[in-house]
Amino acid sequence: MEKNKTILLGHGSGGRMSHELTEQLFLKYFGRPDDGFLTDAALLEPEGNLLAFTTDSFVVDPVFFPGGDIGKLAVCGTVNDLCVAGASPAYLTAGFIIEEGFPLSQLETIVKSMALCASEAGVKIIAGDTKVVHKHKCDKIFINTSGIGILERRYAHLSKGTHITPGDKIIINGFLADHGLTVMTAREALSIRYNGTSDCAPLNHLIRCAMDAGDIHFMRDATRGGLAAIVTELVDRKTFGIELHENKIPLRENTKGLCEMLGFDPLQIANEGKVMMVVASSDAEKIVAAMQKHPYGKDSCIIGEITDQHPGTAVLNTIIGGKRIIDMPAGELLPRIC
Amino acid sequence: MKYVDEFRNQKLSRLLSEQIHAIVKKEIRLMEVCGGHTLSIHRFGIPELLPPSVHLLSGPGCPVCVSDIRFIDHAIALARLDNVIITTFGDLIRVPGSTSSLEKEKSSGADVRVIYSSLDAIEIANQNPGKKVVFLGIGFETTAPSTAVAVMTAAQEHLTNYFVLSAHKVMPPVMEALIDEGILIDGYIAPGHVSTITGSAMYRFIPEKYKLAVVISGFEPLDLMQSIYMLVRQIEEGRPAVEIQYRRAVRPEGNPKAKTLMNEIFELRDDWWRGFGIIPASGLALRKKYRQYDASVMLPVSVEPPIEPKGCLCGLVLKGLKKPVECKLYKTACTPDHPVGACMVSGEGACATYYRYGKE
Amino acid sequence: MCLSIPGQIIKIEGNMAEVSVNGTLVKAGLHLLDNPSPGDYVLIHSGIAIQKIDEEEAKETLRILNSLGDSPSLFL
Repeated sequence: MEKNKTILLGHGSGGRMSHELTEQLFLKYFGRPDDGFLTDAALLEPEGNLLAFTTDSFVVDPVFFPGGDIGKLAVCGTVNDLCVAGASPAYLTAGFIIEEGFPLSQLETIVKSMALCASEAGVKIIAGDTKVVHKHKCDKIFINTSGIGILERRYAHLSKGTHITPGDKIIINGFLADHGLTVMTAREALSIRYNGTSDCAPLNHLIRCAMDAGDIHFMRDATRGGLAAIVTELVDRKTFGIELHENKIPLRENTKGLCEMLGFDPLQIANEGKVMMVVASSDAEKIVAAMQKHPYGKDSCIIGEITDQHPGTAVLNTIIGGKRIIDMPAGELLPRIC
Repeated sequence: MKYVDEFRNQKLSRLLSEQIHAIVKKEIRLMEVCGGHTLSIHRFGIPELLPPSVHLLSGPGCPVCVSDIRFIDHAIALARLDNVIITTFGDLIRVPGSTSSLEKEKSSGADVRVIYSSLDAIEIANQNPGKKVVFLGIGFETTAPSTAVAVMTAAQEHLTNYFVLSAHKVMPPVMEALIDEGILIDGYIAPGHVSTITGSAMYRFIPEKYKLAVVISGFEPLDLMQSIYMLVRQIEEGRPAVEIQYRRAVRPEGNPKAKTLMNEIFELRDDWWRGFGIIPASGLALRKKYRQYDASVMLPVSVEPPIEPKGCLCGLVLKGLKKPVECKLYKTACTPDHPVGACMVSGEGACATYYRYGKE
Repeated sequence: MCLSIPGQIIKIEGNMAEVSVNGTLVKAGLHLLDNPSPGDYVLIHSGIAIQKIDEEEAKETLRILNSLGDSPSLFL
């Protein structure tokens, strides 16, 4: 595709230009259907089991940032929503809303990035749509991905957390807050250089390793609202509480510095490659060891536990031996970071 | 982190807790007047480490919280002008004005930008010669010198499109007003970074005239614990004084260069503080010499009459007379997602801190 | 409001410095300091360095705190 070409309204209107864009860009990278038929709906045959089905939309600004772009986010975000439910992600759709004038070369970079990520995750992008709107009617590009995964019945409890028991350990697969801070500083701060990278990554293979290593009772990916959002939602109106240990939570040095400087709580900042697991206490060490063998889990560690104390509340044991309550982040700390 | 981690040592904080427990005999009430202290105290769970007879009160330490609703209304009126860029620290974006907020104006199309450095506004002015860039100057003596540096830079670069709307205030008058109003305290945890600029002499009237203890404190848990220990000792031993705990950053003479520059750019004026009304000589206005950078002079606008939110107890909370939980609106109509008063929306406000750290 | 946090001066160019706060790099104005040098630790607030951190005083504070433990009344 020529570098100086841009997206025009015609590319979204369903006619010849749309057709060319689909053939020359989307199918080129996402692949053609096996039977060669380009139909309006993809026809699937899942074998028994349950289907996990999810959707997410991506409006990140800036579109390209250290460690990824909106396309990679769009694939990882939906893949991760499926695999934290215990499902094996299988198929994705991709819907694009593009601002007239968006450079075709940038669109190609994004589409390539999505294809690469989908290939790593082992998912196929099998249906899609493109709309183009007038200038200023959307900000550059928005992407929606919906995803289907196959879920074995024996894992159906995972997303609901019905097996959670006091004594269970809480595991995280690595450093927190990288994504939110990377995107925020890439976009806004004139005088701050964070030198970070988004942790955006598809976690399904890591999670499969963990599931094979031991008994997992709950999983959720720590996206907007960070770890704080997960733990506060999890304990809400439950008969158990959560205790996290501040000195065990992995944070990079530059993250600590930036958060201190801006008054951010790193527990409330978004991630795009982090999964929190609640696991049977007897299996915790085994699961961490298995995760540490995987590139997206090498900094995995136990950061806390489920307790029968203070039901309904998540508490942080602070580094000086005090305690404070972890609360849901209020309002939009960092807008449009995913 | 150097100069941070060492002052978060768990063993030493436990030692200090034991020492405080060992020496305290009376009921002691200590007030902090610095948003950063409010945050640190609750973030690290310090009240839990103190004996029940030592009470920590939060005073008017949040510059956003104590500023008049008229300041936000004025900023909003400026934001609605053509070709104006409002530059502000993040805290102000969601503070409710009488009928709107800067955040709401931004979503209606006003150019409102969050900046992290006072010099960012200068950069934006340089990049946008056709626009008028207004910087919302909020903060106490810690922040006013940064605004002064920016005004001086604007003067040196002969900028004609940079303006400041000042709500800067100084601490000693409100610390005296609190005592005059009869607020029952035995001592002040004095603001650490304000004192970095001002030095310690300006607090001397507190022990000399009012016989209350003063310790200038840092922000790490060990700083606060040590300051509380030093205050309890002053009070138990009956020797009120001004002591500096935060020695690594506060010198008795402060930062003379910063004070000189502040004095060059700003002059004192009577100012309105939420909860107190007008306190004489407590605010900072640009001197006439620098009037070309004063937004209130150079960009006349009509500002709507102020409408204070009904039922909001921010004024009493700021004086330490009421705790956030005693306000009917706290956690019901007034939450961080939809704040009614400034104490809830500002990151350093008592209500926001209480909410965030789940305090009752 | 931007809080104040200690950072180390990495590079100085005229009135401005590049300061490392634990690896995050911040541009800060040096207008309020006397004779700042690379390697100095400074407090930054709103993008301006407001004071140098005095290493000796920091050590003295920690020494005092550590000596609290030597008091016999603490042995429980």
